[in-house]
Amino acid sequence: MSVLIFAENWDGKFKKSTYEAISYGAELAKQAGGSVTAVVVGNVSDEDMKALGKYGAQKVLSVKNDKLNAMNPSAYASAIAQASQKESAKIIVISYTYSGRSVAGRVAVRMKAGLVAGATALPSSTSPFTIRKKCFSGKGLTDVVVSSDVKVVGLTPNSYKVNTADGSASIESFTPTFSDADFASTSKETKKTSGKIPLTEADIVVSAGRGLKGPENWGMVEQLAELLGAATACSKPVADVGWRPHHEHVGQTGITIGPNLYIAIGISGAIQHLAGVSSSKVIVVINNDKEAPFFKAANYGICGDAFEVVPKLIEEVKKFKSAH
Amino acid sequence: MKFLVCITQVPDTTTKITFTPDKKAFNAAGVQFIINPYDEIALTRALELKETLGGTVTVINVGQAVTEANIRKALAIGADDAIRINTEPTDAYYVAFQIAEVAKKNGYDVILTGKESIDYNGGQVPMMLGELMGLPSVSVATKLDINGTVATLEREIDGGKEVVETKLPFVAGAQKGMAEPRIPNMRGIMTARTKPLTVVEPAACDLLSSSVLFDSPAAKGECKMIDPNNVGELVNLLHTEAKAI
Ligand SMILES: Cc1cc2nc3c(=O)[nH]c(=O)nc-3n(C[C@H](O)[C@H](O)[C@H](O)COP(=O)(O)OP(=O)(O)OC[C@H]3O[C@@H](n4cnc5c(N)ncnc54)[C@H](O)[C@@H]3O)c2cc1C
Repeated sequence: MSVLIFAENWDGKFKKSTYEAISYGAELAKQAGGSVTAVVVGNVSDEDMKALGKYGAQKVLSVKNDKLNAMNPSAYASAIAQASQKESAKIIVISYTYSGRSVAGRVAVRMKAGLVAGATALPSSTSPFTIRKKCFSGKGLTDVVVSSDVKVVGLTPNSYKVNTADGSASIESFTPTFSDADFASTSKETKKTSGKIPLTEADIVVSAGRGLKGPENWGMVEQLAELLGAATACSKPVADVGWRPHHEHVGQTGITIGPNLYIAIGISGAIQHLAGVSSSKVIVVINNDKEAPFFKAANYGICGDAFEVVPKLIEEVKKFKSAH
Repeated sequence: MKFLVCITQVPDTTTKITFTPDKKAFNAAGVQFIINPYDEIALTRALELKETLGGTVTVINVGQAVTEANIRKALAIGADDAIRINTEPTDAYYVAFQIAEVAKKNGYDVILTGKESIDYNGGQVPMMLGELMGLPSVSVATKLDINGTVATLEREIDGGKEVVETKLPFVAGAQKGMAEPRIPNMRGIMTARTKPLTVVEPAACDLLSSSVLFDSPAAKGECKMIDPNNVGELVNLLHTEAKAI
């Protein structure tokens, strides 16, 4: 039973979510005694492609085509579907990043495959093929049974560990065929949120809410985030009034995140906010109201004024960083 | 220009989510259902575009008769007519398949959905619909403008935004930013009652996946409170106990 993994790259570089998907696919193949192939679309160096072997890929199908340098859902889905046919893959693993979300459904339809949109673990059973995912914006979990012959797993980033061992993957160049319809949409421009760690990939997130009173007070939030190598986030009202950009808004109507550590400063912990952050592994809440609902969802809490606590925390983190 | 907006109903965002004792289904007793917030954004943008470009806005829902109150709400917000495909939605493929069957017959220029429904959070209906209809599709779109037969969209990507250009017809999933949802006015509510709502029966479709069991996330343990005058203790615990830094 062979497993195919879409090894996504960003401007020619792989990221942690790519390695998670390969580690996940390799574990599935190991359990079933099958081969592990990664498909790479775009210009990635041979060295980086071979290195996918460290995470369990045996072979890399490398698709290079100038028309594919920017993500195009239909064309990428064509490439992935043809690669899976070539490998007779029974399971296709796609990290559920923004691009992954864009191609997974199209691949599933082409392969007539059932899709787990946002898996958070390995299958709990392989017959029937059952995988757990979140539902109701993190307020529930559901077991999805995929009954089709070919299966697509959209793996939630940050939910499976990266496994490494010695290994080097072989590289095979692969030339899928495309139709004109594959290129009916084109990428015109990308606007990067400069220099910052993308929220969905961050291990640590420092987030703040209306308790900070105004945008001029975010300096300490950014400083703490920088010290911890964290991304910054905010609650909805803060983005709504323009104190922070919309792409930082987490929650039910914003981004859903699951970092290792989420530090919430001056956020009350409304149910819609919790929906987006409740899968964080460790939650720290700093709030001056001991009745704030967020404390009920937290692992560690400090009841105090953010304007006193956060500067102290910055000093303590500095001390810690210089000692470690 | 013909717009089609796909809508679904979901539990109100303040709902405490519980499941039936056998864990096989969502416990809908006493729950208030609303139009999926992202679908409302899609609907509003379609109405705004119709106001400048002319045309019609049709809403479509895959669901049983209970969804008609929310379909009428979409008509009250301003859609011209509605189609309900009379069946219980099972997975994204099933929903996309049913909509594609109807949409292929009627021919639309622009098909919009929400970026995801806030109950199953799959976000796959727009992409599957695009694939089933052989049309380009854009997921998580924060902007949409139409100029002649070309649409310009902005979509979220990892670490930024991307501007995408596509020929009409196309499918897109709406994200916050595309429009500010509208509240129905009195006139809208009055006229909604008499706007056409057509019920069609579903087409035969393979079942590829299904949700067989539901559970609530494990409750967090007790929150450890730390003295605000001893913030160093937090750093220490995050390192030694939580192993988070
Ligand atoms: C349909 C819908 C969808 C929504 N989606 C989202 C969503 O996606 N994300 C989201 O975040 N919200 C969402 N909301 C809004 C949500 O209900 C809350 O209103 C919002 O999360 C509150 O933001 P906040 O915690 O920043 O502000 P507040 O509720 O005003 O809380 C501020 C907190 O700061 C504390 N505080 C004040 N001063 C200090 C100080 N000096 N030091 C320390 N603490 C202090 C207060 O005790 C309070 O707990 C949604 C609401 C609806 C109806």
